[in-house]
Amino acid sequence: MAQNMMTGAEMVLKALVDQGVDTIFGYPGGAVLPIYDALYQQEDIKHVLVRQEGGAAHAAEGYARSTGKVGVLLVTSGPGATNAVTGLTDALMDSIPLVCITGQVPTHLIGNDAFQEADTVGITRPCTKHNWLVKDIKDLARVLHEAFYVARSGRPGPVVVDLPKDIQLTTGLYTPPANVQHKSYRPQVKGDLNKIREAVELIAAAERPVFYTGGGVINSGPQASQLLRELVRITGFPITSTLMGLGAYPASDKQWLGMLGMHGTYEANHAMHDCDLMICVGARFDDRITGRVSAFSPNSKKIHIDIDPSSINKNVRVDLPIIGDCGHVLEDMIKVWKSKQYRPNRAALEAWWKQIDEWRARDCLRYRPSSEIIKPQYAIQRLHALTKGPNTYITTEVGQHQMWAAQFIGFEEPNRWLTSGGLGTMGYGLPAAIGVQMAHPDALVIDVAGEASIMMNIQEVATAIQYRLPVKIFILNNQYMGMVRQWQELLHGNRYSESYMHALPDFVKLAEAFGAVGLRCEKPDALDDTINEMIAIRRPVIVDCRVDQKENCFPMVPSGAAHNEMILGPEDEAHRDISVEGMALV
Amino acid sequence: MEPIRSHTIAVLVDNEAGVLARVIGLFSGRGYNIDSLTVAKVEDSRNLSRITVVTSGTEMVIEQIKAQLDRLVPVHKVQDLTIDGPSLERELALIKVVSTGEKRVEALRLADAFRARVLDSSTQSFVFEITGNTSKIDAFIDLMRGLGLAELSRTGVVAIQRGTGAL
Ligand SMILES: Cc1ncc(C[n+]2csc(CCOP(=O)(O)OP(=O)(O)O)c2C)c(N)n1
Ligand SMILES: [Mg+2]
Repeated sequence: MAQNMMTGAEMVLKALVDQGVDTIFGYPGGAVLPIYDALYQQEDIKHVLVRQEGGAAHAAEGYARSTGKVGVLLVTSGPGATNAVTGLTDALMDSIPLVCITGQVPTHLIGNDAFQEADTVGITRPCTKHNWLVKDIKDLARVLHEAFYVARSGRPGPVVVDLPKDIQLTTGLYTPPANVQHKSYRPQVKGDLNKIREAVELIAAAERPVFYTGGGVINSGPQASQLLRELVRITGFPITSTLMGLGAYPASDKQWLGMLGMHGTYEANHAMHDCDLMICVGARFDDRITGRVSAFSPNSKKIHIDIDPSSINKNVRVDLPIIGDCGHVLEDMIKVWKSKQYRPNRAALEAWWKQIDEWRARDCLRYRPSSEIIKPQYAIQRLHALTKGPNTYITTEVGQHQMWAAQFIGFEEPNRWLTSGGLGTMGYGLPAAIGVQMAHPDALVIDVAGEASIMMNIQEVATAIQYRLPVKIFILNNQYMGMVRQWQELLHGNRYSESYMHALPDFVKLAEAFGAVGLRCEKPDALDDTINEMIAIRRPVIVDCRVDQKENCFPMVPSGAAHNEMILGPEDEAHRDISVEGMALV
Repeated sequence: MEPIRSHTIAVLVDNEAGVLARVIGLFSGRGYNIDSLTVAKVEDSRNLSRITVVTSGTEMVIEQIKAQLDRLVPVHKVQDLTIDGPSLERELALIKVVSTGEKRVEALRLADAFRARVLDSSTQSFVFEITGNTSKIDAFIDLMRGLGLAELSRTGVVAIQRGTGAL
């Protein structure tokens, strides 16, 4: 009993250890000093001092996404908590499990506009899965364990535990995690077997099927990716995935159609549009995927497997919803398929593949190569060719470079690709890479960046230096907010309002100022050498890769258009009128 | 366009700080309507409250609302009383009418017809208490408008399923 009596601050660390946490990301301040003091006096948990709390949140996301574990961050009250809000929202949108512990002013000052007071539970209520303000030491241990349970169960997401300073200093009884059912939050994990049977029957009868998979497969764990591969193999169906789902299915496989959606491949989007059966696994029909909803895959039956019932029929009405964890449902589907000895409709599939091959022949990702100027697509292709392997992790910022990375880097395994999908947060990639490198010290971790995005969290290079994390920042420097400029060309008569990046720093010198290595590359024939040099340096490196400023990202389903109305390239772009409704979309 | 329908939804929640804000925030944050909302503690032993919310939307929106409510961590149960079998709905209103002469007499006569009780009276005013479903209360209030209606306080809808089933 006596050894389980401890202060709230000690309890926080004890609970983290009992939850299997070994690394946390954070930044100290007045309202968390007791926890930092307890941290100082123990050795089980490694703390990574970021340079801004936003960095802590994204680093925790990177840690979580690359390991499948819960990411943890610790920040102070007021500005510490508000700085973390973007990362929390990012994690909510992309279903990433995070536990964020925030300091709070002492309970007797709550509501007094005390120094560094913010209504943290109020502010974070809409951007977390759940949050708690702990006002009694008796609740602390239970809440901390519950926080981990909620973050990782069902559809994962971020949670906040707001902890007033007086509670951190109060002594109370610690209780270890207990294996009891949560009183209200119990997500359904196993799918309804009748529906699974019905789904398998539809699969066996399908003539023009497509698997449309998403981040849910990754979140379900590596086993789900294996099961997905098996089901796709035994059916012989084509498969595409969202930005979030890349890596669940190997990009080198012949049944892989590439990513779908706004910047997805021609073949993936056309297969979605023309299919007679869509099998959606762990994806959510978001607007970047569907294009104009009224024209979305008009003639298909749709099966939707998702752990979150609120994802069902949210944007698109489906015919057969199956609530459950992708891994479990896929496993049951394979069992049913095998036990009933189903066979796919070979003749129909052959015709379908013939059609798909015609779409593939359009070679939608082709671009005009150059020997004078580095094409961004070429840079990514070379980066992929020279760095690929199971121990390589790619993070990105947000913009054209992100989409080129998604299009041109072929992922073979899950958890190797980390990008801000739902929120599209510029500044995500570098801190996320730091989180990945903390979890995988020997891995090659590369942030594919834009010169605008990287400036949003550039301070985190110092974190990489402090912890000797050899992350690579590969900047596709086009001197524009390229994605903004692309939309201005498409929708706003080439008026480049505030999208040119004036006053950029010298990234090589900037790297050196931090104590990192800076490399610059300006010609296509120097690219391979630069990339190889970057890989060889076991320290943080910033590569300033000067690319064609004018290049745009294609193919593209413009806002408000259907999947079969893609713009394939700049020639195609000129004769497109975007509808008024399309203009209003983001 | 799918038709828009009003639904009465009962939500059993932990009686804890922030739970109402969470439910209301869900409606405002996602652009759903709240036509009426009531909340009170209903179970001491498990510390549960019951929220009754009347909302309107297409079938797809109502389905979304229920799924969104159900996935909130402190929510134990969600029941759509409009479609899950027959149910009863009641509302209570306190209505102050200030008038004299003919109008005063008429107000009292109508109150009697609607089985409204007189809770308070002065020479120039009444406070009526009326219970019933929303449309009955609306009808009574409409009649009072011409007879000196001065102030209105309504509880919002509470509802429960008929028969043996329990939430
Ligand atoms: C925090 C944030 N602010 C604004 C945006 C809107 N936005 C999307 S892409 C982009 C430009 C990114 O420029 P850069 O990083 O240079 O990438 P590029 O498109 O040029 O590859 C902007 C401003 C965003 N996604 N995130
Ligand atoms: Mg740029």
